[in-house]
Amino acid sequence: MPYGPHTAADRARMLGALGLTSVDQLFEDIPEALRASPLDLPDPEPELELAARLSDLAGRNRTGLASFLGAGVYRHWSPPAVDQILLRSEWYTAYTPYQPEISQGTLQSIYEYESLIAELVDLDVVSASHYDGAAATAEAALMTCRATRRDRVLVSRGVHPHYRETLRTYFGGDLELDEVPLVVDGDAAGTTDLVALDRLLADPNRPVAGVIAAQPDFLGLLEPMPAIGELAHAAGALFVAVVEPVSLAVLAPPGTYGADIAAGEGQPLGIAPQYGGPYLGILASRDALVRQIPGRLVGMTADLDGRRAFVMTMRAREQDIRRDKAASNICTNQALLALAASIYLATIGPHGLRDVAALGAARATELEAALAANGAPRIHPGPYLNEFAVRVPNARSVHRRLVDRGVLAGLVLADVEPDDPTLEDGLLVCATEVTTPAEIVRFAEALSGVLGGRPPTAVEAGAGTERGRRAAAGAVR
Amino acid sequence: MGVTGTGLQQTIFELGRAGRGGGKIPHPPRDALDRIPAAARRETPPGLPELNEPEVVRHYVNLSQLNYAVDTGFYPLGSCTMKFNPKLNEWAARLPGFADLHPLTPDAAAQGTLQLLFELEEALAEISGMRAVTLQPAAGAQGELTGILMIRAYHRARGDSERKEVLVPDSSHGTNPATASMAGYRTVTVPSAPDGGVDLDAFRAALGPRTAAVMITNPSTLGLFESRIGALLDAVHDAGALAYMDGANLNAILGRFKPGEAGFDVMHFNVHKTFSTPHGGGGPGAGPVGVGETLLPFLPEPRVLREDDGGYRLERTGERPSSIGRLRSFVGNTGVLVRAYAYIRAHGASGLREVSDDAVLAANYLKSRLAGTYDIPHDRACKHEFVASAATIKKATGVRTLDIAKRLIDYGYHPPTIYFPLIVEEGMLIEPTETESVETLDAFADALIAIAGEAAATPDLVKEAPHDAPVRRLDEATAARQPNLRWRPMTGAHAPCPD
Repeated sequence: MPYGPHTAADRARMLGALGLTSVDQLFEDIPEALRASPLDLPDPEPELELAARLSDLAGRNRTGLASFLGAGVYRHWSPPAVDQILLRSEWYTAYTPYQPEISQGTLQSIYEYESLIAELVDLDVVSASHYDGAAATAEAALMTCRATRRDRVLVSRGVHPHYRETLRTYFGGDLELDEVPLVVDGDAAGTTDLVALDRLLADPNRPVAGVIAAQPDFLGLLEPMPAIGELAHAAGALFVAVVEPVSLAVLAPPGTYGADIAAGEGQPLGIAPQYGGPYLGILASRDALVRQIPGRLVGMTADLDGRRAFVMTMRAREQDIRRDKAASNICTNQALLALAASIYLATIGPHGLRDVAALGAARATELEAALAANGAPRIHPGPYLNEFAVRVPNARSVHRRLVDRGVLAGLVLADVEPDDPTLEDGLLVCATEVTTPAEIVRFAEALSGVLGGRPPTAVEAGAGTERGRRAAAGAVR
Repeated sequence: MGVTGTGLQQTIFELGRAGRGGGKIPHPPRDALDRIPAAARRETPPGLPELNEPEVVRHYVNLSQLNYAVDTGFYPLGSCTMKFNPKLNEWAARLPGFADLHPLTPDAAAQGTLQLLFELEEALAEISGMRAVTLQPAAGAQGELTGILMIRAYHRARGDSERKEVLVPDSSHGTNPATASMAGYRTVTVPSAPDGGVDLDAFRAALGPRTAAVMITNPSTLGLFESRIGALLDAVHDAGALAYMDGANLNAILGRFKPGEAGFDVMHFNVHKTFSTPHGGGGPGAGPVGVGETLLPFLPEPRVLREDDGGYRLERTGERPSSIGRLRSFVGNTGVLVRAYAYIRAHGASGLREVSDDAVLAANYLKSRLAGTYDIPHDRACKHEFVASAATIKKATGVRTLDIAKRLIDYGYHPPTIYFPLIVEEGMLIEPTETESVETLDAFADALIAIAGEAAATPDLVKEAPHDAPVRRLDEATAARQPNLRWRPMTGAHAPCPD
């Protein structure tokens, strides 16, 4: 065993102390009929060979593409300080701070996380933390049901399709979930249909606990959040805003437009894409909902000498105390990712965060113009921040051919919204501060090549692979 | 009692000064945001602190040093399997090919990760004796929810709508009843037998046409193998219910017991326990779920599929209508799963079996060292952990398990899990794991024995512990009564300068 300390003599000594001759004797309580068949797994692999295997697998992923893919997960510059601090094993090899006297590092960092996110969302209570944006949104929806004692939630179709699917899974029992359609055409196309929302809220026999909408919405568009909140509140429902944290440097925070709960994906705050996780579910609420919010809360207190210190608090909401009456079953959370987000925010600072959001918006403006000039105009006319949908004929095929030319042209919308005819032949593309003007040019040229039937150049054909990067570098020289 | 001073370390907010920091991101064009309507814009910048990188680094490095961790010392926290976290795995998860891969990357450009996930699913299925595994759940508790939702879907698919109850033993993890509630079930708690195992008669009496599922942790949270599991599983299935295994204690039975072979219908894995992925100060974990034939159609989507040409792909949304759907966004906590894969590969079949052998041997050895000083309520061969109790010590000296736990801190150890499972008076659940040397086990036993002596001779010394920790015991009552959950917005010199 690669990480075990025991020598044969150690094992013999322990067995001897127990009056045993074989470790098998410690497993005699497993009934014979139920003992396992032999494990059919490969032999142990020495570290050197395993490292080569892992490098090889990693190398088979094409992460060198010029990527315009967002759709809920965004590439950002994460200052190396973030990961280097995370690699201190005092953080990552500790567990839940059950013993506060020897966990003040984790506890204070969580309190700071709660405070930093509270500044971003402009709400007072921040749970630390949930699995991802989808799970946090589902927990927010359940919170609205507990708080209002109603059992129906409305979710805008502008919320990420994976979040809506997650909501459907969580709401498969006695709770009802209805979707609010998006406006089909006109200036507000692609945003929540307020008339339809009003109608869904009006049914006196089916009172609504919560209304969920996203800012920006899944298509990148800016939603009329104050109006959605007003409609929700007029019907006695709570308003849940699904937010993207970097955008909150420049977009109005949920607390200012009447949201009762904010949920969102914390990945953009310095966390790598990692093919799906681990990420960070942000969940925050108004003070009044503090006893309904699930997940860990850390508060400031004092020790016996009156010295300021931090401790997990309001634990009566949690599963290990309340069991079947708990606010959620959540136990392990995403503490290390909450720490990453805190370090990111502390390192990048308020002005840096604004620059991240604004530079992404500026690059997106350039991207919009470049794509429109090369046969892929926007689908929706409304304002966006840094992500938008474009239409090209045969979008799926164009997308595949662009990958062959080293460009990841965002997301084929029909893959996630197959039933929405307005999104047919749509691609969802984004830019962030790491998008370069050269990548935008490359996208535009490759698009023009694909649409014009020009075969890929040698550089394009090899792009996105190690060999291709070397070829491209050679071509430049 | 009020708070005085700034405590051990200033908060990041107190450290901030307007005008510090910068240099990370190029300045955007001035008109970058002009196309955003005024109504949607933020009026007041967020009150984040302004710091320069050296201050940030020092702040977090100093904070880290206030933590106890596996890499700083022995951490026998029962039920949590605080084993060593191999450094190769941290390296692997950070390889750019893994770390930079966007989860919506087309399958053709993600073949390396898809192959890894597929092979990990197969390995976990082999280890558990299950038919198939989903890697989607983000943590063990979400794995439990996944399992119970599949069970709900199974009963519904059969038109069986009367099953409203989930049975759990009174020794179960809190997540079990909390999960049952989330899925809309009523929890029925069944008392344990005097030997600490499941009470077969009590279960038989509670089972019936209203039972949807039984959730069992095996080995139990007392660290004992459920020897009556065969008869219990028969009774569950005879009643038309399904059996869920909480896999929290899998570290004890690798290569010795495969839940799927024994007849469990579904189980979750805690990869941060058994497969060494770091606990992260509370997370992240990952909670893969294995199922037998019965629940196969209901697995969440997307599954990872192998094509006839040897390539891999993700299932498309809606491709398998019987699926319970998704539990979260994207495919799963892949970064965690890369580490679990590396761990399983490094050990292979023989190494995994040795993991359990050594974990069980260490627990039994430590238990034998403490017997005679502490009560051992269930004194038979334990698996990877065991419960000791200070009930006798408390009666004699007034010193409680909590005090002993706090005193262990002075001796340089992380305390065990205390007062869990709930059914043992003054219990401490001790799990040494297989990566601790016999010298460490002996030193820890010596410390616990010395503390028992202190409890008799100088009880106040123990009751007032810890004495050598960064802080003394905390005022948890005030923290809960008057919660302070957020640093108040900064004023004056601490306020960020306007743009």
